[in-house]
Amino acid sequence: MKLRRLKAIAVKEILQVWRDPRSLMIALLLPFTQMFLFGYGVNLDLKHLPVCTFDREGSQLSQALFKHFRASQYFTITRNVKSYPEVVAAIDNADCGFAIVVPPDFSERLNDTGTASVQAIIDGTDDNTANIAFGYAAAVVEGYSNQIAVSWIDRQGKPLQQVQPMVVQSRVWFNEDLESRNFIIPGLVAMIMALVGAQLTSLTIAREWERGTMELLISTPVKPNEVMFGKLIPYLVLGWLDAAFCLAIAALWFGVPYRGTLFALFVTTSLFLIVVLSIGYLMSVLIRSQVGASQIALLVTMLPTTLLSGYIFPIDQMPKVVQDITYLIYSRYYVLIVKNLFLKGSSLAELWTPILFLVVYAAAVMILAARAFRKRLY
Amino acid sequence: MFARIIPIVIKEFIELKRDKWARFRLIVPTLVQMLLFGYAATYEVYHVSTVVLDLDHSQESRELVSRFTFSNRFDVTVARSQREVTKAIDNSDAAVALVIHAGFAELLRKGQSAPLQVVVDGTNSNTALIALGYVNTIAAGFSQEYATDLAERTLGAQGMRQVHVTLEQRPWFNEDLNGQWFFVPGLIGTLTLVIIVNLTAFAIVREREVGTLEQLMVSPMRPAELILGKTAPFFVIGLGEVALIVTVAVLWFQVPFVGNPLLLLLGSSLFLLSTLALGLLISTLCRTQQQAFSMNFFVLNPFFILSGFSFPISSMPHVLQWLTYINPLRYYLVVIRGTFLKGVGLNVLWPELAAMAFIALVLLGTSILRFRKSLE
Repeated sequence: MKLRRLKAIAVKEILQVWRDPRSLMIALLLPFTQMFLFGYGVNLDLKHLPVCTFDREGSQLSQALFKHFRASQYFTITRNVKSYPEVVAAIDNADCGFAIVVPPDFSERLNDTGTASVQAIIDGTDDNTANIAFGYAAAVVEGYSNQIAVSWIDRQGKPLQQVQPMVVQSRVWFNEDLESRNFIIPGLVAMIMALVGAQLTSLTIAREWERGTMELLISTPVKPNEVMFGKLIPYLVLGWLDAAFCLAIAALWFGVPYRGTLFALFVTTSLFLIVVLSIGYLMSVLIRSQVGASQIALLVTMLPTTLLSGYIFPIDQMPKVVQDITYLIYSRYYVLIVKNLFLKGSSLAELWTPILFLVVYAAAVMILAARAFRKRLY
Repeated sequence: MFARIIPIVIKEFIELKRDKWARFRLIVPTLVQMLLFGYAATYEVYHVSTVVLDLDHSQESRELVSRFTFSNRFDVTVARSQREVTKAIDNSDAAVALVIHAGFAELLRKGQSAPLQVVVDGTNSNTALIALGYVNTIAAGFSQEYATDLAERTLGAQGMRQVHVTLEQRPWFNEDLNGQWFFVPGLIGTLTLVIIVNLTAFAIVREREVGTLEQLMVSPMRPAELILGKTAPFFVIGLGEVALIVTVAVLWFQVPFVGNPLLLLLGSSLFLLSTLALGLLISTLCRTQQQAFSMNFFVLNPFFILSGFSFPISSMPHVLQWLTYINPLRYYLVVIRGTFLKGVGLNVLWPELAAMAFIALVLLGTSILRFRKSLE
């Protein structure tokens, strides 16, 4: 490999990118728009869920319960209905995701037996929202229950005994406020990098074929490896720019805490970029049309990264077979790395396994691409 | 008029028949994505990897731990020291750690408040939140029963009564809160959107690129007829795609379909009109297939994110929530989930259908106007 020839290819590629508005748009506009679209649009935090109340008793106790719900930031009581069909209508129309029904004998039961229950009717179509809403509602009711218990003991004039024998002292590590943004956005950086990187390089070789300049390139003394590295290096620089851009938006605009070292981020991001750029390059070598190559590149980057990288859906909750497949998804390793770097502040030494996987991946794809290129030439 | 449209429709179908890749592209990615989404896209939390450190070794602490072990939500492993606990959480070997300190049982027996320390890895806030909910439920159950026991033992049967209010969970439409029931029907909307917009945009741009669009223009056909002839086959393909996904959803994933199929057909037709118009509009903005490809990507991604397909609209900032109102997919998803899971009728879904019809009209109008201009 000669440095001079490598440089010549790289310079040619830079000029070509600079003059091609489409590549520039992908490289500069896409990360920007996607960061903001996903950063704001993708949010799993539940706040102000519209709630409908159906108070069949209308007692002080039931009203006190609603007061507790009103005080919670997770719920907003939007309507108080008087009949069951109205509850059905509110849930059917999705006006309310949640309905609290207080039975007519609520106070009586509480007086007689000491226990009573209220019903939470939840729109189960969105199972995740339903699950989280129920968790919050149970906590609200628990708080209410404790308050009633204390006031009862007070009234009975007995010495105030501990109401709650065991208390849960929970602490959340790494993402203390449990904000979904803090785990989605670092993963999002991985997704955008995968997308942009593969898109950019998927065009390079296919373009030469389509424009008929491939024959010219072959007739020069450049070696296949020089073509590959010469074409990858300019995009690596562009990728670094994009990565810096996205990571800066994540940390500075969205305020995701960054706890790792910048050096670790640089090393791992470069590795990941090399993997995705090589994948795009491989597609470009295999498929000689630009449209075809970029479509396939989109398919092999976007879909697995969205679904199988753990960027949003937890891998350890997937069926075993799917979990095994995720080991083949290169983004899985980088998603793990960025999340750990951002939230846990892990060191390079702690992340050696995913890093090793990325290195192996990069080497494998490059060897494949080099082979495929040689085969295509002769 | 029909005499001139039908040959175009036939021509489109012949082209599709000759293109062996087209059939592959219509069916295989759809099935692959259905399987991927059906099995991988889940927010459900079933196996919470949990590490337990019991420093009390009492009957009470063991009873508490066994409640977690037998709850089938927690995969419990035992740690021997605080360091092991910290390491397990740091290395993501465990998502939840429970620490019971020495003296736990003694505090309980004295009637004092005994702490159960819980550490949660918050990296995935969603999983953490759900896991924390499970922990609280089990802890509340333990606490409640212990209090009742204690009261009975110390004060006798007519002793001080415990007062407790519980919340009964009644999820409607999806009683087991099965995640597949949420994602799989939604795919009808997202997959047809992508496929139909792509097909339409590419078909027209290809003719423009190859130069056959000009030949069609010099034929006696009017622009409206040309548009109708070119888009009608895609409408049929779109309905076929919907049928394919509904079949797989119902037969393979066993998602219940409780509503009226005709209502879904009506909603799908209105939605397909919007997607066709969108494809047409994109085709007028692009001269090459490459441009169409990038344009599709830029346009379709926001449709997908801002639809409620996977991320609740109510959690978005207000500006984005307003944007969802011009997204036909938003309404279509309500119709799909309404017919699949809720079984609601026209009386509930008419606003969505009307909104889709309105969007389709506006989009079709603009795209036809633009298309005619681009021909001239």
